[in-house]
Amino acid sequence: MALVYEEAKATIIEFCNSKAKTKSKFYFNDFTALFPDEKGRDVKKILTQMINEEVLVFWSSGSTSMYGLAGAGKHAEGED
Amino acid sequence: MAKHKTPLLDQLESGPWPSFVSDIKQEIEHRYANPKGVDFQVPAECPDDLLGLLELSYVDGETHWKHGGIVGVFGYGGGVIGRYCDQPQKFPGVAHFHTVRVAQPSGMFYTTKFLRDLCDLWELRGSGLTNMHGATGDIVLIGTSTPQLEEIFYELTHKMGNDLGGSGSNLRTPACCLGESRCEYACYDSQELCYQLTQQYQDELHRPAFPYKFKFKFDGCSLGCVAAIARSDMSFIGTWRDEIRVDQKIVAAYVGGEFAPNAGAHSGRDWGKFDIQKEVVDLCPSGCMRYEGGKLEINNKECVRCMHCICVMPRALKIGNDRGLSILIGAKAPILDGPQMGSLTIPFIKAEAPYDNLKEFVESVWDWWMEEGKNRERIGETLKRLGFARLLEVTGTTADPRHVQEPRHNPYIFWKEEDVKGGWQREISDYRSKHQR
Ligand code: HEM
Ligand code: HEM
Ligand code: SF4
Ligand code: SF4
Repeated sequence: MALVYEEAKATIIEFCNSKAKTKSKFYFNDFTALFPDEKGRDVKKILTQMINEEVLVFWSSGSTSMYGLAGAGKHAEGED
Repeated sequence: MAKHKTPLLDQLESGPWPSFVSDIKQEIEHRYANPKGVDFQVPAECPDDLLGLLELSYVDGETHWKHGGIVGVFGYGGGVIGRYCDQPQKFPGVAHFHTVRVAQPSGMFYTTKFLRDLCDLWELRGSGLTNMHGATGDIVLIGTSTPQLEEIFYELTHKMGNDLGGSGSNLRTPACCLGESRCEYACYDSQELCYQLTQQYQDELHRPAFPYKFKFKFDGCSLGCVAAIARSDMSFIGTWRDEIRVDQKIVAAYVGGEFAPNAGAHSGRDWGKFDIQKEVVDLCPSGCMRYEGGKLEINNKECVRCMHCICVMPRALKIGNDRGLSILIGAKAPILDGPQMGSLTIPFIKAEAPYDNLKEFVESVWDWWMEEGKNRERIGETLKRLGFARLLEVTGTTADPRHVQEPRHNPYIFWKEEDVKGGWQREISDYRSKHQR
């Protein structure tokens, strides 16, 4: 079953919001777990498009990377 | 004049080695003097505050850097490592002190123009401090602020034809030895393979989707000038599968003292007459050489391609003609579980353009690790947790004695159902026809 962008995007946003109380950043495999029948590479394409639309942003410690909704939690400028 | 007193750091300059403290002080003076009238986009006092902050960390015995944050430029999930200082009022020059990783050219060949342009760019838009090259192999530009990142990226890509490197859970900037460009030991074109895989895996380099970092390193031979075996999750090390080419006349010339061993590399001191038995034959790690009656013999079946004999007598001995590379998996630094060297996975594979055989292997390894690897688990750790046999299985590699490092600790063999003819089901009457109760 191929992923439909808008549907997958809605699932991802809903997932991030459902965790908003405790988490603002997620590992890549938190998202692949949402789509157990899909290939990791296809889930990545959805995430990349969401990054390009600025719905999601990357976060990194330098060695590990995570994804989060733009504006949620602490990011870049607001890093304090 | 530097504005902070740094007595603890000053002490570091008193030792016999070149000191980073002296280097930074030089840059402090240069930035305050500003002979070229550069319109610094990062405060002129940036290197000055850097030393001030470091001195404070020495006094407190604690770091004053915060980890994490910004990761790159728009669309990139790596290449920039965000750093913020937790005393920005006292040290405004390093309130932001991000690191930018820039892909180094294969073999690190530069034009002076490129280096000048890079320094000019970094003087204008950064601290002026660089690290050529980082442990990762890239050009590391240390210390800039968030608003400068897109500007730096634009200049690098549009004017200098260069790209950011990797950081975070990405493919890291691949690195290679200078290989065929300068070195007769190269068993494949390490620069070309490094370049081709870098181009092929742009998405993996710039957009993180791995459990953790992943490094490729390419050595043209087992002398390992980029130490791939110890420093990369996947090491490509040149080797050959036929025979070392031997010119007996030249061997005799080395023995007779006509040519200096090791191409004269150890000529600073008198080591006495060259002794082929002691310096070559006895040092062969697999004991597969013999020198008798003026003739050097090599049992190539036992040779482990360590390069020692070739290095000592490079005119007489040469790498074989049927060349390719070995692939090792799983080297890593100590953080969890101690340091680990790569495990030999593919003993020999050809390495010729367009390298489809290598790409297929790489992708089979990634598919497995992306599926099974835990967050922040290097592939070497996944390998240990799930077992080497599993790696062979997912990459379709046939087990081979060269994969065995030591005898089994455990004498039991656990068969899988698919390995047993007929599976777990059997007709008991068939069995009883041959075996009485
Ligand atoms: C108490 C102080 C610190 C600790 C315990 C610490 C720890 C670590 C650890 C565990 C890593 C991951 C390394 C790896 O995965 O190989 C890392 C990466 C890194 N750290 Fe720190 N760090 C500290 C301070 C700093 C400071 C002060 C800076 C720079 C201002 C810094 C810059 C970096 C960079 C650039 C990386 C990425 C290196 C790479 O992935 O190759 N760290 N740090
Ligand atoms: C080429 C023939 C054989 C080989 C290579 C062999 C090898 C072994 C090995 C490696 C062990 C395990 C030792 C350990 O746990 O440290 C073992 C255990 C044993 N073997 Fe053999 N064996 C052979 C034939 C046989 C035969 C024909 C019998 C009986 C008819 C037998 C009976 C046993 C028994 C009872 C044990 C102990 C099992 C246990 O305590 O779990 N073996 N053998
Ligand atoms: S690794 Fe081998 S081939 Fe590459 S530069 Fe070093 S000696 Fe030469
Ligand atoms: S390359 Fe190494 S293992 Fe092979 S014959 Fe020479 S010294 Fe021995």
